[in-house]
Amino acid sequence: MQLAGTQFTNTSALAGNDVATFPDFPAEIRAPRGTKAGVSGFQIHFSSHDIYTPGDTVDALVAMNPAALITNLGDLRDGGILICNESAFDKKGLAQAGYATSPLEDGSLEKKFKLHKVDMTKLTRTAVDGLGLSQKEADRCRNFFAMGLVFWLYDRSLDPTMRFIEDKFGKKPEVAEANRRALTAGYNYGETVEAINTQYHVGKAELPPGTYRNIMGNTALAWGLVAAAHLSGRRLFLGAYPITPASDILHELAKHKHFDVLTFQAEDEIAAVTATIGASFAGEMAVTASSGPGIALKGEALGLAVMTELPMIVINVQRGGPSTGLPTKTEQADLFQAMYGRNGECPMPVIAAASPADCFDVAQEAWRIAVEHMLPVFLLTDGYIANGSEPWRLPEVASLKPTKVKYAEPLANGDGSNGETFLPYERNERLSRPWARPGTPTLMHRVGGLEKQDITGNVSYDPANHQHMIETRAKKVELIADNIPPQKVDGPESGDLLVVSWGGPYGACATAVHAAQAAGKAVAHCHLRYLNPFPKNLEQVLRSYKRVLVAELNCGQLRSILRDKFLLDAAGLNKVQGKPFQVGEILERINTELAS
Amino acid sequence: MSVESLPVLKPNDFASDQDVRWCPGCGDYAILAQMKKVLPDLGVPRENIVFISGIGCSSRFPYYMNTYGMHSIHGRAPAVATGLKTVRPDLQVWVITGDGDGLSIGGNHLMHAIRRNMDLNIILFNNRIYGLTKGQYSPTSLLGAKTKSTPMGAIDNPLNPLSIVIGAEGTFVARTIDTNLKHMGAVLKRAAEHSGTSFVEVYQNCNVFNDGAWDYAKDRDTKEDTTLELEHGKPMIFGKNRDKGIRLNGMDPEVVQLGKGITEDDLLFHDERAPEPSLAYLLTRMRHQDGFPEPIGVFRAIESPRYDELINDQIEQAKASKGPGDLEKLFTSGDTWVVE
Repeated sequence: MQLAGTQFTNTSALAGNDVATFPDFPAEIRAPRGTKAGVSGFQIHFSSHDIYTPGDTVDALVAMNPAALITNLGDLRDGGILICNESAFDKKGLAQAGYATSPLEDGSLEKKFKLHKVDMTKLTRTAVDGLGLSQKEADRCRNFFAMGLVFWLYDRSLDPTMRFIEDKFGKKPEVAEANRRALTAGYNYGETVEAINTQYHVGKAELPPGTYRNIMGNTALAWGLVAAAHLSGRRLFLGAYPITPASDILHELAKHKHFDVLTFQAEDEIAAVTATIGASFAGEMAVTASSGPGIALKGEALGLAVMTELPMIVINVQRGGPSTGLPTKTEQADLFQAMYGRNGECPMPVIAAASPADCFDVAQEAWRIAVEHMLPVFLLTDGYIANGSEPWRLPEVASLKPTKVKYAEPLANGDGSNGETFLPYERNERLSRPWARPGTPTLMHRVGGLEKQDITGNVSYDPANHQHMIETRAKKVELIADNIPPQKVDGPESGDLLVVSWGGPYGACATAVHAAQAAGKAVAHCHLRYLNPFPKNLEQVLRSYKRVLVAELNCGQLRSILRDKFLLDAAGLNKVQGKPFQVGEILERINTELAS
Repeated sequence: MSVESLPVLKPNDFASDQDVRWCPGCGDYAILAQMKKVLPDLGVPRENIVFISGIGCSSRFPYYMNTYGMHSIHGRAPAVATGLKTVRPDLQVWVITGDGDGLSIGGNHLMHAIRRNMDLNIILFNNRIYGLTKGQYSPTSLLGAKTKSTPMGAIDNPLNPLSIVIGAEGTFVARTIDTNLKHMGAVLKRAAEHSGTSFVEVYQNCNVFNDGAWDYAKDRDTKEDTTLELEHGKPMIFGKNRDKGIRLNGMDPEVVQLGKGITEDDLLFHDERAPEPSLAYLLTRMRHQDGFPEPIGVFRAIESPRYDELINDQIEQAKASKGPGDLEKLFTSGDTWVVE
């Protein structure tokens, strides 16, 4: 089903629509088919105008079995199109989903929706007859039949999917042919059967001129890292341990070895981050990517990264927690973990991506901050952004800004035995220390997790030095605020309400705020990329509105930080259901806030 | 630059400006001194050497070496070294660890570093005790060892470091003793010269919390009877009078007295290059408390593919087949469309 969704997305993007997707699948690899636990869904929103979310309710739902129907029927708007695979609504299928009687037969669905019962199993088997496929193999083509039918419904070209089938199954000609036939049969079914009498045409969206492709968040993130390393002229090292939903970053980077990308699948999360520290000490671009539980394991090592003041990127593709939580579902509940989740006074800069395509830019920004300020940077995304996709306007390579890496130069005069001594913790105006690459004569030095004496970097237990170093490390993070753009808002510069968001809810908040603005409300949207430190003008921005509403998929973590920092009476819109915000629920809250 | 023009370094050139702060009488001093003595002979410039350690008394080692170094966190030195060596195969990387650091909290990393066979030199200081945390039992403390955390005696079976290393596919496995300076120097040198992960266990005395743990192997009066110096291609003979040997009886080693019908030819001959590690493993199992001399020297030294070479070979192969990375090509790969 994920494959069908991806194909429909790419086809729609190629047709010039703006698209946004929401894949929703179980954590279990092979959850029993037909059960509610095994439902794998893919929601796509495509439009002739620009969109920011996969949509709240759907206009059309294809249910391949009763369990899928019962799980997703609530998302279908009244009067929407409902296509059901009739043959799956047999006794067993109904029982697995918990239906006493078939909803296809009792008339309940017809009352609310435009119901189309299609015996996809039988039609698919007939379509692939004669190719020598087993029944099981034939039934695997059902999704292509369903896809063909939806392609007809929305007037999509079959060509991109035909190309995909050739690429993917070309080595098994009979499977490729079966999928082609199933796809075509589904399309022809829609065209021929009079029951479905409306075909929809969604025209091209008015996107800014340029060359586009459809891109998923994890892919965009990986490409951003590749671009950053390439433009800096550095090798890219990724230390990672497989974890949902971050593993695709490892998979993607492993494909780009010709960019001097070294991916290290470590024995555990701790080895992944400590190897990353080793690669950074060696003088290369070092990154580790994980999700909440993995980041928890990395905590101690991140303290070492902070103490040694080495540049690296720590990616957390957030998922539902705590503990193993909801591995395949989205959440934003690791902000506190990124901010505070280490022993001692251990601040780290934190930035977050807003959308799948934004991951490309944020990856490069994380590297810029890491190098210019010599410290580890937290980069937060979430499952919703990581697996979701949207059109991405390809940047001109020449327009990308390289981050210049400057290593410490060898001393003119010796290494300490005869005069000049290298001082690994001597600081510049940003309080950042030199990056001295092993292999450079005269710069031999030792770093470690014990408290450092300022300037020399030697081990020091001096009480005053410890306080000084703690304050210095904190100040160093604060100074990043001088090196990031001021916070902008979308909407009036002052007014009744400011909706504040960070990370994945960007799209839902932007859409809701636009709707409120269209209704004449004095509402603006402030989306934060920089979470630590905040942009310098943030307090002033927040105080320009009568009320502040912070929308986030956690119990109010950003809101707590804003209140703590600015003594600001911000309200929270919080949701922890493993699902992204719907535009409607944000808009409703905006209206409530404005009415009270 | 020709080799001749390299400056000749002395042990003192490898000393950092930091005061060494181990307890007076600690076995670590001897290891530090031997390391400084061996490094100048290797012809590797100081700036190309990196020492990585974890946590523990032994792990203070990098602070005392005038090379690049990192005193990392408990147990993780092999992983830090792995990242470093992966991106910079040109550096000579040493990992300094102890029995607690390497075998307890860091056991997982040690195992995986060894199986990857990167060109690392891992030196494990074994003193059978936690010294830095002041006297708890370690994974190599003997059954019954009375320590601060085991007042009635340790009840978990000790690990044998070298058995673990062989189980983890170690390609260079050696043991030496802190007071046997000449032997230690030779073993460290061979470890450095080995291509792949070298693992050296050093019997090291903690004179504060576990004094005398290795006396049987160090004492002038007993050491020749309690240790067996391994030499490649030579029969396994030991004893003050060089009159005892190790013979294989079925699958088990046994101590035999030479003479009375038993000649050198009946003994086990040491083959450090044997592709199968069975005999090397057997040697690691010979323990003093079971009446065996404990072998010192090189148990095993074989050639095997190295992770650091293989990963960088793949990079070169990818560049050769796809051409060097090109962002434009990357961005436009797959389906794209143009908006006018």
